[in-house]
This record gives sequence, C-alpha cells and structure tokens, in this order.
Amino acid sequence: MESLTNRSKVTGNKKMSFLEWIYLPAVVKGLYITIKHLFRKKATISYPEEKREFSPVYRGLHVLKRDDAGRERCTACGLCAVACPAEAITMVAAERKPGEEHLYREEKYAKVYEINMLRCIFCGDCEEACPEEAIFLTNRLVPSEYQRNDLIYCKDILLEPLDDAKRIDVSQRQTPAVKEFKKNKLLFHNK
Amino acid sequence: MEANDLIFKIILLFLVFIITLLVAMYSTYAERKVAAFIQDRIGPNRAGTFGLLQPLADGVKMFMKEDIIPLHANKALFVMGPSIAMTTACLTGVIIPWGGELNIGGKIYSLQITDLNIGVLYIFAMVAIGVYGIMLGGWASNNKYALLGSVRAASQMISYELAMALAITALILKTGTLSLRDIVAQQQGWHWNIFYQPLGFLIFLVCAFAETNRAPFDMPECESELIGGYHTEYSSMRLGFYLFAEYINMFISSAVLATLYFGGYHMPFISHLGLSANTVVMLGTLFFFIKIFLLIFFFMWVRWTIPRFRYDQLMKLGWKGLLPLAFINIFITGLVMILL
Ligand code: SF4
Ligand code: SF4
Repeated sequence: MESLTNRSKVTGNKKMSFLEWIYLPAVVKGLYITIKHLFRKKATISYPEEKREFSPVYRGLHVLKRDDAGRERCTACGLCAVACPAEAITMVAAERKPGEEHLYREEKYAKVYEINMLRCIFCGDCEEACPEEAIFLTNRLVPSEYQRNDLIYCKDILLEPLDDAKRIDVSQRQTPAVKEFKKNKLLFHNK
Repeated sequence: MEANDLIFKIILLFLVFIITLLVAMYSTYAERKVAAFIQDRIGPNRAGTFGLLQPLADGVKMFMKEDIIPLHANKALFVMGPSIAMTTACLTGVIIPWGGELNIGGKIYSLQITDLNIGVLYIFAMVAIGVYGIMLGGWASNNKYALLGSVRAASQMISYELAMALAITALILKTGTLSLRDIVAQQQGWHWNIFYQPLGFLIFLVCAFAETNRAPFDMPECESELIGGYHTEYSSMRLGFYLFAEYINMFISSAVLATLYFGGYHMPFISHLGLSANTVVMLGTLFFFIKIFLLIFFFMWVRWTIPRFRYDQLMKLGWKGLLPLAFINIFITGLVMILL
C-alpha cells in the first residue's frame, strides 16, 4: 500500500537482531534525541508577559454591548439562555421606568444577567441567537479564580464600559455580509 | 580520638547532612527543569529568579497539606515507613570519601566521616534496609495499590541487588579492598575503574537505576497502573519524605558511582599544576561534586528518555540479562587477574 508520509515503518514480530536485542544502541539513540531537545527553542509562551495572538473571531469572554448612545442593547428576551447548550446563562428581566430611556434601549431590560464561566463551553451560540446584537464573544480570556462563585460573571464584568475609549470593538467579528446588511437603516433591526 | 578530631567530625557530619538535603532539594528543581527542557518547555520560573525558590515553595505546600492517616492503616508502621526511607537514605553519606585529607596546622583531617573497612558492604546494608521503608509504608496503608507497589519494590530490589553485588565483586577482585577510601586512592590520575570494568560499570549503573526506583525502573510507583504505588495513601510531608528520600538516594547513588568508577575526588593532571596540598584537596572535593552532578543529570536525562519497563521485562532483564552478564564479568576479571 502506498504510504501517505513515507515515514511509517513496516513492523511485525520478526526476530530482533543482536543489536536490537541488547537494547543499548536504541537507548543511546534515544538519549541523543532528548539531549538535542535540551538546546532547542522552547515552545512555551510565558502567559501574562507574552501573549499569543488571537484570531479576531476567537471565542473568549463575552461582552454585553451598548449601542452608540450608550444604552444597553439586551432586552432580556432569553433567547441566548435557550440557545445555550450548557445552560450557563441566567437572567432576571425588569421593565424600563420612565426616565431610564438613556440607559436601556427597549422597554424591557435584564436587571440581572449572569454567565457561569465554569459551565460555558464558549460555543458562541448565544451570540448567534441574540436578535439584538447585544451579546458577543470577544478575544479576551477568562482568568482563573480560587472560588467557584467568582466565576459566575454578572453584569458588572460582562457589560461594556460606557467610556468611549474603553468600548469593546466587535466589528471584526462581523462578516462582510452582515456589515452590508447593517448599512440598510430602514430595517427595524438596524435602527 | 582527640576533641579536635571529634569537633571536626561533627562539623563534617552536619555539613554532609545539610549538603545532602540541599542537593536533594535542588534535584527536585533540576529534575523539573531538565524534564521541561527535554520536552521543549521552560519549567518552573515563577518562584524567585529562574524559579530557584521552587523547592521551598513545594516544601511549604507539602507542609500545609492535610496529613491523612487512613482509618484502616496500621498507624505505627504507617508513620514509620517514610522515616525509615528518609533515615537510611541519609545514612549512606557517612562513608563516602568526600575529599582527600586537609592539613590544618600540621594536623591531618580526613574529609570522610568514617572509613569502614567494609564500606562497600555498608552501602548494600543501608540500601537493603531502605526497602523496608517502602515495604512497611505500602503494607501499612492497607490499600491494594500500595501493597502491589511495595511488593514490586521488594522483588525488584532483591533481583537487582544480586546483579549489583556481583558487579561490585568483580570490582573488588580488581581493587582487593572493601574500603571506599582505598578504592578511591587506587584511582589516581586516569586509573578510573570505569576503564578497567566497563561491563561491571554498565551493570552497576542499570542496577543503580533499579535500586533508586527511577525510570525506566520506577515500577513501584508506576502512576499509570498503581496510582502512586507504595505512597498512594500518603499525603502531606510524609509523602514529601518518600519523594525526598528518592532524591537523596539518587544523590548518594551518584556519589557511590563516582567513588567506585570515576575516581572519586581525584582529578587527572591536578598534581602537575603545582598547587598547595590543601587547595588540591578542596579542588578535588569540588571535582567530586561536579562528577556527582553530571551523574545526577544523567539519571534525569535517562528518566525523560526511556519509557517504563513492563514488570516481566524488568524481571527478565534482571535475572536473565544482568545476572549472567555479571557472572561473565567476574569470570573475565578473574582470568585477567591471573594472566597479568
Ligand atoms: S458561549 Fe455557548 S455555552 Fe457559553 S454562554 Fe454562550 S451559548 Fe452558552
Ligand atoms: S443577550 Fe440577546 S438573546 Fe440574550 S437576552 Fe439579551 S437580547 Fe436576548
């Protein structure tokens, strides 16, 4: 049979030659291989100091987006929680009071929005399910914690900061088709 | 013995003890570094510069862990196991000649704590007692994995001790003495025993790996089959003692190997440099330690190269491979001795 890589060796229960039988040449060969690796370039990336480059569509820590006016986009429809295969998302909805229009985009908003990072498998289904473009996964990492409770992220961590400089850019995640669609301001969705 | 001598010996004793512990401590660090480098990683580098405080951190961690004695364990033996392993591991350092003789103010001080005329036998005795630590610990744990581990340890030690003793017998045929000091004294210059006893050295080396329970002969621990082998049930510093004893054993084995086969503290060509006698002795000790460290490195290098033997292969190698070889070695040595 033609081999794919030409690196495979045909083996069998053939009798070992004397050199193979005494095992030592093989040991020396192995030692030679390992000592070579001693001086190789190391593959380690020393994490906090050095960071590996992420793809723009990397699925890391979620962000709850605000719209351009700084209002929360999430309307607590619960579609993300339904879509989530890991059942990581919980939320409590609340009604927007008069005078809160600058805070929330729709009449209903999520008072509590929690993602349990221990359950989350970073599949991105929540992002896909959301009709409001309120939740996105980003190329940020979820740091490790000592307590399980600390890994249940609430809105204080998930919500995008108001500050313009600290806004989280997710435009990289959108395909050209989506971007094209978003130009059409007549659609209700894009208002 | 004069008071001076006594004080010197006591100081030496403490020094050897502390150095043994220090070397064992940093062997754990070196092991992780060597492993990492061989696997193209960096290894511990967070605690202190280059991770040099790592052994301390590990020690603190070990102490902080909960110390569990299983309900159905034999308490006394369970506690005794690690202590025996640790004690016997440290005891062997007593007869290693760490250096030549210092001349301080006209008095001669030997850098060996005691020179037994049966030094080689003493080593074997200590190694043989060392297995009790493992045996008792494994048996007292009342756990099948621990028991299996200790049974393996015992049978492995017995099988390999034979071949080891025979390899040494050939060496003793050549040297004609059991005292380590005399054996070292005979290896002045380049007259290292490894050149006269290459086969014996090979056998001894393989047996040393088996005796220290290190890969590729770490059957008693064998994580993939026996969880942790004899120390499965141990936790906290008791576990630390077992692991530590292994590193001390490695250090001592390297020291014994260097003494028996690599000329101990002798440094070829040093006598041509025209240094004062005391400097030569100091340099000799330094050189001895360099040899030891190289051997320790070799131990580690092998561990991260060769996969673990299967148990029947191990026994086959011991009884069908090394034992006959050792006999042949004795025979050849004897023949050469008669003919020359
Ligand atoms: S990424 Fe997947 S698992 Fe995580 S919260 Fe979203 S839907 Fe759930
Ligand atoms: S994030 Fe999106 S899908 Fe989830 S509740 Fe808010 S609006 Fe609905």
